[in-house]
Amino acid sequence: MAKAIEIKRLNKWFGAYQALKDIDLNVSHGERIVICGPSGSGKSTLIRCINSLEHHDSGEITVDDIELNQNKASIAAIGAEVGMVFQQFNLFPHLSVLQNLTLGPTKVRGLSRSEAEERAMRILERVQIPEQAHKQPSELSGGQQQRVAIARSLCMEPKIMLFDEPTSALDPEMIAEVLDVIVDLAEDGMTMIVVTHEMGFARRAADRMVFMDKGEIIEMGAPKDFFEAPKTKRCKTFLNQILQH
Amino acid sequence: MTIRTFSILFLCLLLAGCSSSGTWGWYVIDPTTKQGYNNIRFLLNGFGATILLSIIAAVLSMCIGLIVALPGMSHNRWLRMPSRIYIEFIRAIPLLPMLFWVFYGLPVVLKSMGINANIDAFWGAIITLAISDSAFTAEIYRSGIQSINKGQTEAAKTIGLNYSQTMRYVILPQAIKRILPPLANQFIYIVKMSAFASVIGMQELTRRANELVVTEYRPLEIYTLLILEYLVLVLIISFGVRWLERKMGADESK
Repeated sequence: MAKAIEIKRLNKWFGAYQALKDIDLNVSHGERIVICGPSGSGKSTLIRCINSLEHHDSGEITVDDIELNQNKASIAAIGAEVGMVFQQFNLFPHLSVLQNLTLGPTKVRGLSRSEAEERAMRILERVQIPEQAHKQPSELSGGQQQRVAIARSLCMEPKIMLFDEPTSALDPEMIAEVLDVIVDLAEDGMTMIVVTHEMGFARRAADRMVFMDKGEIIEMGAPKDFFEAPKTKRCKTFLNQILQH
Repeated sequence: MTIRTFSILFLCLLLAGCSSSGTWGWYVIDPTTKQGYNNIRFLLNGFGATILLSIIAAVLSMCIGLIVALPGMSHNRWLRMPSRIYIEFIRAIPLLPMLFWVFYGLPVVLKSMGINANIDAFWGAIITLAISDSAFTAEIYRSGIQSINKGQTEAAKTIGLNYSQTMRYVILPQAIKRILPPLANQFIYIVKMSAFASVIGMQELTRRANELVVTEYRPLEIYTLLILEYLVLVLIISFGVRWLERKMGADESK
């Protein structure tokens, strides 16, 4: 069976700065990957390359057998399969929660308004905020906003979800409610890559840990081995630093 | 505030006119006399043309401005360049020479291209005002669109919206709220600049005032009334825009 995502020798530069160095990463269907590493290590850049928010300079990215190139058709085809959740939520502030959720399905998938609203309500139930459907995003707490953002992605019925530090902008008491939703998705078999520093969540949900530093994948492995017996010094130092708190 | 200030100013002028006869002659526009009434009607009849001219020119300017602004923000410099050139070039032409060029020159250009088009004063003024103003409108759109967080475009992209859908459903509705005050400024500017249409014979407020001055020899009273006519128009726009802003702001702060 083909891999969900195959990345080969991926390189990315921002001017003279090399953000990604020869990245190789394969993700199976249904696999949950957590990427961690110090800031500036290229974690976000890597997942932003997968849904072409950044263009890679060399190497190959294949999503569900579709090769990503500068061709608009491949970008759209891959975009249709990949959902993304941002650190800053990026909800559309001028639209209600329900409208945020139905915009993509009605304009891109061609669903009727009632079909799209029905789907949106079903997904809002799933992220446990159906009662917020008719509010504006600005009326919600950070945790609720992020759950709406997850729901907005799910409304497009993606096969793969990318999470770019989904809890980093949240107050501590709201982190759990967002992580619960992500764990729920993971248990449902969604293929996902999560960039996060939440190591408790990683232990609970990840099939595989990826540690990145300075644009390279330094270490990769099952959470148990990764946390209990990190092989590299850099990884050990990093884990010590963030697990101390 | 403004209304009170101006009405006090107006009353002072009026009183000055009543007390020291010889300098003021309000009789020319005194509605209780037949001549004054006819004169006032003649002047006020210019409102229709000024309003119609301004509204059509403003709408066109907003359309042209958007068409010019969008490629101006492209990553592709060959799309960006024509937009920049248009804005820099149009912005550099004073309104009056442009009006003469359009009214007297454009028909000649069109004729040489085999198009026999007669541009009347009305459309000549509209074309000139719309094009002249569109360079400014385009810059307003650009600043408004660029002020919207990049995350909005990225989020739109991840749910599959294409460029025009992103603009239409996500970026422009947010940008329009922010650019409403400067757009209103441009509309006021158009209303005032429409006075230039008088020099190519357009029967609007200023033209009518000029014509009446020639027959009545009372420039002070007639031009005073003319200024007040523009003041009324501009104040109506200001209030309208403030109402619109409140209405639009209301659902955001809800």
